[in-house]
Amino acid sequence: MSDDDFWAALRRTTQSRIGLGRAGDTMALGDVLAFRAAHAQARDAVHVPVDVDALVADLESRGLGTPLLVASQVADRGEYLRRPDLGRQPRDLDHLPRDTGADLGIVLADGLSGQALTDHAPALVAALVERLTPRYSLAPLVVATNARVALGDHVGAHLGVETVLVLVGERPGLSVPSSLGIYLTHHPRPGRRDSERNCISNVHPPDGLDHAHAARIVDALVAGARDLGESGVRLKDTSRSLDAAADGPVTLS
Amino acid sequence: MTGPAYRRTVTVFRQTLGPTTYTFDHLVDLMAKASPRRSGDELAGCAAETDAERAAAQWALADVPLDLFLTELLVPAETDDVTRLILEQHDAAAYRQISHLTVGGLRDWLLDTVTRDDAADRLTGIRWALTPEMVAAVSKLMRNQDLVTVARAVQVTTAFRTTVGLPGRLSTRLQPNHPTDDPRGITAATLDGLLLGAGDAVIGINPATDSPQAVSDLLHLLDDVRQRYEIPTQSCVLTHVTTSIGLIEAGAPVDLVFQSIAGTQGANEGFGVTLDLLREANEAARSLRRGTVGDNVMYLETGQGSVLSADAHRGTEGRPVDQQTLEARAYAVARDLDPFLINTVVGFIGPEYLYDGKQVVRAGLEDHFCAKLLGLQMGADVCYTNHTEADQDDMDVLLTLLAAARVGFVICVPGADDVMLGYQSLGFHDALYARDLFGTRPAPEFEEWLTRCGLMSESGRVLPVDPSTSVLRTLGAGA
Repeated sequence: MSDDDFWAALRRTTQSRIGLGRAGDTMALGDVLAFRAAHAQARDAVHVPVDVDALVADLESRGLGTPLLVASQVADRGEYLRRPDLGRQPRDLDHLPRDTGADLGIVLADGLSGQALTDHAPALVAALVERLTPRYSLAPLVVATNARVALGDHVGAHLGVETVLVLVGERPGLSVPSSLGIYLTHHPRPGRRDSERNCISNVHPPDGLDHAHAARIVDALVAGARDLGESGVRLKDTSRSLDAAADGPVTLS
Repeated sequence: MTGPAYRRTVTVFRQTLGPTTYTFDHLVDLMAKASPRRSGDELAGCAAETDAERAAAQWALADVPLDLFLTELLVPAETDDVTRLILEQHDAAAYRQISHLTVGGLRDWLLDTVTRDDAADRLTGIRWALTPEMVAAVSKLMRNQDLVTVARAVQVTTAFRTTVGLPGRLSTRLQPNHPTDDPRGITAATLDGLLLGAGDAVIGINPATDSPQAVSDLLHLLDDVRQRYEIPTQSCVLTHVTTSIGLIEAGAPVDLVFQSIAGTQGANEGFGVTLDLLREANEAARSLRRGTVGDNVMYLETGQGSVLSADAHRGTEGRPVDQQTLEARAYAVARDLDPFLINTVVGFIGPEYLYDGKQVVRAGLEDHFCAKLLGLQMGADVCYTNHTEADQDDMDVLLTLLAAARVGFVICVPGADDVMLGYQSLGFHDALYARDLFGTRPAPEFEEWLTRCGLMSESGRVLPVDPSTSVLRTLGAGA
């Protein structure tokens, strides 16, 4: 088997830059130039605003309703990068219903990749709705622009939901330009700490987590949070049982 | 609350520069305004407003006696357990040899010490005499070359199955992350790293989920690889400390326990940890006695900006504390645990804290200097994110400087591209460059293994072997 065949087989298992050629101790030029090109594209992607119209149209076409729009206090993408504090604060929530009493709220936040939101959020929301309703009631969808995760605390508290899910565009990587993260916060309110959330990252089929699988983990976490009365580090994802522990899944309290 | 009463004093500092007299109301403000410029301090609202104000603050800071840091606390002891830990750690007897110094005097003492034959011993001798705040203060007066030359003279060695930090050595963490924790993909990246001589500090995975089952699977995967090929190294799955404790109790093969830590009680609460919880984890992992050449079992990560990110950065009188001082305070938490490895994730936290390559390089050198002076095996994730103004050229600069400063280990991923966390670190090739440049080799136990497997020449070169005929070829068989 040649060197190339050996690595070609392994590359089917990962997007990692494995088996690169060497020029002396360093990387071969072709790999260096490919890296630079990918870096340039990823940097450009950070600054592209989310296409809200396309996102709304996609959600509507899937029968998921028309989302309510919320902007953060950030003026533009440049300020978004420099001022995370403003990205966590909504500009105005008065047009959102108050105290819906719903079990769940879903906030679609552009984060660092608006592209990830348009690529993955509609299908992920559809998977979540299919998996979680009608067992749980759902507040109207909210799309938040120039938004960070903690903006969901304001939205969730305003809507009066039990648990809020923030679907956020993750930092574009070189090989993965478009990836979504899901942050679950039980009893959302402004001031929640990051340790009071649970995160599912790398939702980007086909190479990352697929939408149905992500929805299954969310289902387990929502149930766990409702049992425990909180989300965060004490809540563990037990959607897969731990074989090593004969007496059942590891839960720490 | 009950407990010791801490004396409160407030000193106002003044410095005249040309026609202007600058006033700094508190040591907290003086420290912040004396810090080299960075976006995180500007975000927190504590940075100097002009370059002249910064220069004046550095001038004033140089005259501050070290004693003042023991009485004028930057973060109140009553409300912060990291401050209390810092005061408990302080060795008054060792401190006598430097207690007469000012911050500027300490800078001169350090630079004089590195020219002496007994530099390493003298620097070890003041390890517990210094508080993190003193070390942060002196770093603010030091140029990059000063940070390199002093850190280079400090010797810290730690051990588990390999020994990290010996003179003439540069170790690496092999980071084979995968977006879905796919065992075949992780194995492929591990193979890639081992063939390029990486992994002697640790083979460490950031898992995509914190699920105990998934973490347990990964621990078994890495442990099986280690045992099958008799690789003298240690593995780690970087999950929350509570998950690791649960897995130790469930009998999973945990070598090193990982946790992110920070420099205030509030920020640690944001990470979901307390000092007692960290000590419990340390004891639990030690009790397994899995190390062969040493029993350091903790692996910690820190980084400037994490405290501000957790909104837990306010100190005395509610004043914002600069992020570099807060970072140095995290090292008090670290050295309480006698860790095997600690690294700053310097460029990872984002441009709102370190804006560009210049700020990342500076912060990397500060973190390495401060942690090493306080006695820690400080490595680095020489890295940046795609929204930071930086590229691989900046990483080359930081790697070269840290290797010159005899950093114990650096993190490496295939082709410098982490496909799970979405950022750029060093590639395995970059470590070969640094080793060649400074004539360093991997940890001795690992070097012996590489040589025995035909992956490294007697002269220390990682050989360009054909993977399909190498001793590790069966690692690629599952694909």
